[in-house]
Amino acid sequence: MNKLKQLKNIIITKPQKLDCGKEISNFPISYETYGTLNEKKDNAILVFHALTGDQFASGKNPITNKDGWWSYALGPGKAIDTEKFFVICANVIGGCMGSYGPSTIDEETGKPIGTNFPVITINDMVNAQYNLLGHFKIDKLFAVIGGSMGGMQVLQFVSNFPDKAHIAIPIACTSSHSAQNIAFNELGRQAILADTNWKNGFYEQNKTSPDKGLAVARMAAHITYLSKKGLQEKFGRKLQERDDLKFSFDADFQIESYLRYQGSVFVDRFDANSYLYITRAMDYFDLSKQFNGNISDAFSNTTSKFFVISFTSDWLYPTAENREIVIALNAIGADVGFVEIESDKGHDSFLLDVPDFLDTLGNYLKTNYKTVNEKRI
Amino acid sequence: MKKEFKVISELILQNSKVLDVGCGDGELMKFLKDNKTSKIRGLEISKNRVQNCLSKGLTVIEGNAENDLQQFPNNSFDFVILSQTLQAFLDPEKVISELLRVGKKAIVTIPNFGYWKVRLNLLIKGTMPVTENLPNEWYNTPNLHMCTLRDFFNFCSKREIKIFKSLALKNDKTLNLSSKNLAWRNLESQLGIFLIEK
Repeated sequence: MNKLKQLKNIIITKPQKLDCGKEISNFPISYETYGTLNEKKDNAILVFHALTGDQFASGKNPITNKDGWWSYALGPGKAIDTEKFFVICANVIGGCMGSYGPSTIDEETGKPIGTNFPVITINDMVNAQYNLLGHFKIDKLFAVIGGSMGGMQVLQFVSNFPDKAHIAIPIACTSSHSAQNIAFNELGRQAILADTNWKNGFYEQNKTSPDKGLAVARMAAHITYLSKKGLQEKFGRKLQERDDLKFSFDADFQIESYLRYQGSVFVDRFDANSYLYITRAMDYFDLSKQFNGNISDAFSNTTSKFFVISFTSDWLYPTAENREIVIALNAIGADVGFVEIESDKGHDSFLLDVPDFLDTLGNYLKTNYKTVNEKRI
Repeated sequence: MKKEFKVISELILQNSKVLDVGCGDGELMKFLKDNKTSKIRGLEISKNRVQNCLSKGLTVIEGNAENDLQQFPNNSFDFVILSQTLQAFLDPEKVISELLRVGKKAIVTIPNFGYWKVRLNLLIKGTMPVTENLPNEWYNTPNLHMCTLRDFFNFCSKREIKIFKSLALKNDKTLNLSSKNLAWRNLESQLGIFLIEK
């Protein structure tokens, strides 16, 4: 945990009223930046991470020593080109990579806040990150971009701050978490709560850790990020380092072994309570409810240009749900482009090497950056 | 750029709101954006073409004109363009009524099945016509509802659609087109361009 203290962060002193009614102040937001902010401060992009992401979107994550979660899309010469753009990515509140969350040490008790942490929403996350604009003295972002929960944050950001981004790119997301989405998140949460090491969220004080529950949560969720076709092609019924079935409950199949591995590496880098809080925030996300059933009203004052992207094999946030965002934007005459990218990599497509996606995103940003600048001159 | 696109762009007023239905690679959109109006949107069914358009900075939505026009409110555009695709729809009548609901005016262009070479093809050879403008065989053509310039005139009068302006293209030459010269134009021109209004 000491390593976390060395991460870049800002302390938000101004009190922030949360959706649950509580107020927070003097809390940290950890962030990372990529590229250089130009003199006119017109090349800044705010990237929002997904459920288990963090501020390390590109390069090496100094805590996990793994590549950043969006290394395919973000970096020098990549679609989100850090030779051209200044990219800011912050850890969401509720997260566990330095921002204010359940693993933050309570100064009074000297122990992690645990489940005394307030239930937060996507709206709360976005309002907290908005402070970064002030910190960097950026008046208007060139773009806000994010996939999955990051896409929800894009929608909420543009709704809350209608004139603070020229371009908004929500990817593989939804304006309202579906029953299926909530169901899968609940499955994950129940796996954590069922682990006797969870101790009502105060596991560090009890020197335990609900690793098994968190690993099962990750395994279940991981399946939802892939497609049936992708899984079948990669694993099929291939056996794991054996010639025949063992008639036991060992990992006979490669897919079993793969999921177990995904679960086990996840618990090394992620906090179980953060998983509870962040999935809850996603479930509570319903932009249409915030505007009395009319999503269009969420964007009625927007000056942003939108580009909505979905993937053919994404069944977690399917094209139909992404299209609803497009329809709501068209209903108010907003400037919105939309494409469904062909890919059999499921919901994870936005994180992976999908050339059609990366090329279109890169060209879109490049061309529009030129146009936005020409307009200003 | 195709002569057809030049003629279409001359019909579009400066700074008007335009929707190009079936915008393809965005050639017409780009020209209109550079010369006429920045308020231009496209609808296109092919993923690759949508990606090309978005890459050029054009605002295009992937979708099918037969289902996806319904997301646009009434009169949300000054002009809606439909270039040479009316004949490919399952229900062209519905598409036309959608164009005129979404747009205050619509520009529809039609490959003329009354063109003399087409007629001759059927008359002499006794086979379904295959020409430069209609290059497919009967078994693989996307064109389900071919019509002639006269057919479209008749359709508009039956459905009480006003033809604001009509032009014909004969070997890239623009000709005026009206009910008076229809018999001849319907024989000599490959393409009809109609500016219509409900």
